[in-house]
Formats: sequence, C-alpha cells, structure tokens
Amino acid sequence: MRANEYVVRTKDLVKEYTMGDQTLKALNGVNLDVFKGEYISIMGPSGSGKSTLFNAIGGLDKPSSGSVFINDVDMAQLDAQELAYLRCHTIGYIFQTFNLIPVMTALENVTLPTVFAGMSTDDGIERGIELLNLVGLGERLHHKPSELSGGQQQRVAIARSLANNPSIILADEPTGNLDLNTGKEIIELLKRLNREQGVTIISATHDLKMLDVSDRIVWIRDGRIAKIEDRKDIDIRIGEMEGQGELH
Amino acid sequence: MSAESNTAEKGRAGLRRQIKLPMSKAIEIAFKSIKIRFWRSVITAAGIFLGIAFFTSVRMSGEFSMIQRKVIEAKRDAIAAGTLKPTPNDIRQVNSLATDQADAKAAEMRLKWLSIMALIVCTVGIANSMLMSVTERYKEIGTMKCLGALDGLVVKLFFIEASFLGFFSSVIGFVLGWLVISLIRLATDGVEVFGLAFWIASVKLLGLSVLVGTVLTFIATILPAMRAAQMPPAAALRVEI
Ligand SMILES: Nc1ncnc2c1ncn2[C@@H]1O[C@H](COP(=O)(O)OP(=O)(O)O)[C@@H](O)[C@H]1O
Ligand SMILES: [Mg+2]
Repeated sequence: MRANEYVVRTKDLVKEYTMGDQTLKALNGVNLDVFKGEYISIMGPSGSGKSTLFNAIGGLDKPSSGSVFINDVDMAQLDAQELAYLRCHTIGYIFQTFNLIPVMTALENVTLPTVFAGMSTDDGIERGIELLNLVGLGERLHHKPSELSGGQQQRVAIARSLANNPSIILADEPTGNLDLNTGKEIIELLKRLNREQGVTIISATHDLKMLDVSDRIVWIRDGRIAKIEDRKDIDIRIGEMEGQGELH
Repeated sequence: MSAESNTAEKGRAGLRRQIKLPMSKAIEIAFKSIKIRFWRSVITAAGIFLGIAFFTSVRMSGEFSMIQRKVIEAKRDAIAAGTLKPTPNDIRQVNSLATDQADAKAAEMRLKWLSIMALIVCTVGIANSMLMSVTERYKEIGTMKCLGALDGLVVKLFFIEASFLGFFSSVIGFVLGWLVISLIRLATDGVEVFGLAFWIASVKLLGLSVLVGTVLTFIATILPAMRAAQMPPAAALRVEI
C-alpha cells in the first residue's frame, strides 16, 4: 500500500438543485483528492455545500455532473447492489443528528450493519460489544438512544460506522449538536480511530476545534473549494483564531 | 472479519455486490421490529382492527336481517302448509313480514350503502395508520440504506410487517365486530337465527374481512415503503414529519 494512494477523488463535481425556475449550484466544480489514512476537514459556513459534498462522496445522492471515485472505482458505474456493498463495507457514516434507530438499543444499532453484511448473530453481537467498548460505552450496551446523552449517542453512531471495518468514515458536522467539551471528546475519539485503525476520516464541519486534528483542511465557499491547507501551515494561525468561537 | 466479505457475490470487474439476505432473515428482522415497537404496532393495528370491526358489524347485521327474513318466510310457509302450529309470536312476525314487504327493498339499499360507507371508513382508517407508520420511519429507512440495506430488503421488511399486522388485526377486528352483533341479536331475537345459514354467512364474512383488511394494509404500506426505499438515502434522511 503506497502512502500516496487515493481513497476518494472527485472530478468536476456539480450538484444543482432546481426549485421552481431557480437553479442553485450547491456544488460548482469540486475537485478533491483524499489520501488513504488522512484526516480531512471540510470547513465552510452554513450553506456552503458541505452536506451536499458529503452526500455525493458517500453515494447518498447523485451529483448532477462530474464523478466520485472511491478506491479508483467510479461510483456512477455501480449498480444498486454494488452501491449497497460500498455503503455497508467501505464507508461509515456519522451525522450531526446521530441518526440512531430510536427503538433499538445501542448494541442493536451497532449490530445492524453486520446483519446487512450477512454476519452471524453471535459474531455481530461480539463485534458490537467490542466496538462499544472501544468508544467507551461498554457499560451502556442495552440503553436506548433516548436514555443516552448526545455525546454518548454520537459514540454509538461512531461505533456503528466502524461495524464492517470501513476504509472511510464520512462525518457531517459530527459535533454540531454537542457542547464544547463533548465535541472535543468526539473529535479526540475520531482522531484516535484515525491514528490507531488507519481509517480515513472526512469530516464536514464549521467547528474550529477540528483544525487541531486535521491533516488537511479544505475550505469551501459557495460550492467551490476556496483553498486547501496543510495542518503544518495552519498551526501558527490557530492561536489567533482561538477565542473567535465557531465560524458561521 | 473477512469471512463474510468472501460470501459477497462478485459482479462485473470483480466488484463486490451486497448479498441478498434470505427471507428467513428478513422475517426475523421484521418480527423483531414489530416486537421492539410493540405499543406502536398495537396502535397501528388498532386502526386496522377498528376499521374491520366496523365493516364486519355492518355486514353481519345485514346478514342477520336477511337470515331472519328467511326464517320468518319459512315459518309462514310452514304455517300455510299446516306443518307448524304457530305461537302468538310467530303470528306477529309473519304479519310484520307482510307489512315489511314494501320496506324490504329500501332496507336492502340502505344496507348496501352502509356496507360501502363501512368499507370507506375502514380504508381511511387503515391507510391513515399505515401511512403514518411508514412516514415516521423515512429517516430510519434512509439510515438503513446508509448501513447497506438493499431497496428490496426494506420493501420486504415492510411487506412482512404489513402482512402480519394486516392479517392478525383483521382477524381480531372480525371477531370483535362479529361477537358484538351476534350477542345483540341473541339477546333481541333469540336462538332461531343461529342456524346453518348464520354459520355459512359468518365464515364467508370472515374470509371477506380478512381479505379486505390484509389487502388494504398491504397497499397502504407497500406503496409508501417502496417510494421511500427507492429514494436516494439523502432524500429519505431529509424528510421531516
Ligand atoms: N434538497 C435540497 N433542495 C434544494 N436546495 C438544497 C437542498 N439541499 C441543499 N440545498 C441548498 O444547497 C446549498 C448547500 O447546502 P448544504 O450542502 O446543506 O450546505 P452546508 O451543509 O454547508 O450547510 C444551500 O444553499 C442549500 O439551501
Ligand atoms: Mg450541512
């Protein structure tokens, strides 16, 4: 495995939304290459197109034009079963609103992707317990989402995203619904998984706390990449930005 | 971890394809889902079973009127043939039969209308509860697709849930409507209407009620479920109710 292998590439990605006679270009020619094992933050103000990019990369919505390559495979070429396999095995999704299944316990939520992958029930439960321990929720296996705090729910969602050993974790504002300290803990957890498991993390956010842990920061504005910065270039500026809180 | 990946089919160019879960697994997931949201399922089922109970009771009381007519007509014929020694009650019934003759047609028409109304009420009740139960789960459907569920599996899960809920709620609804009307008739008319004709009518109505309830539940579930399953996950996740 070469260090510079790309895990995600987008080429001239455009997504248009038509409402009435208005067309809005939520993405307007996005070219982005993500290396294997990278921690990338997609930063931008609200409405800049982060979620639209998240949906396109994750195969959750079709772009209007342009391509997304996951491990060098053009996503547009995949049929339904191949796309489902990709969502099940290659990508783990984390959402701002956690999106746990409310009627299921933490363990059942984490086990669900293993069921879709065809894993046996016993193996799935074993895997679920292992993952919930990994995210520090070994004591909360049988709690329903409503019985967990926001931070704990997001930990369950992170455990669930790891269920089938994905090579990419896609996160859309994972700290958006969390308070400062809980958000920090979630970011640290993501960073730890990135470091220890080598999983590539692509996180859309406008949380400046993410800057600290990111290898690269992609600044997006009005559906275009404004600039891409390496962390080492940005380190010096973090000091100045602290105290300004979050971008809006 | 790699064992189950090996079971995945390989498609064109060696791309891995998501496996189709066997029906037994789908049944297992669907039943777990009904059990997990037991009280929600009961409320959904209530919409079905009240509709069917109403439908059954209207139809059943129509059947009773018809059976009773037949019974009285048989009595009249027997009295005329001299094979039955009429009681005062029999005479009153036979006399009312003659005066009723003109109303009979109107009564029959009224019954038809009532049946149709009952069917409409029943349809609205079932469609409403099933539409609600699918709509409030759009987000869940979107999430399941993110986790690797195939469209077909999502539809299959709702299909199994709907068939199960539809069938059992209809049976319970039938029993309720049938029991109430039968007991009322037993109290007012006595045992004479509970002959063979009654049992035949009951069994026929059981079949009709269960068929109506199951098919309506099925249609009201499967159409929105298919719509949700075929949406891109991003769209299903965005639906707010
Ligand atoms: N489903 C949609 N229909 C119409 N417009 C949309 C839809 N989703 C997003 N948009 C628009 O696209 C732009 C980018 O949205 P989004 O990607 O959600 O931004 P972000 O996640 O950065 O806040 C916004 O102007 C938003 O209003
Ligand atoms: Mg967003």
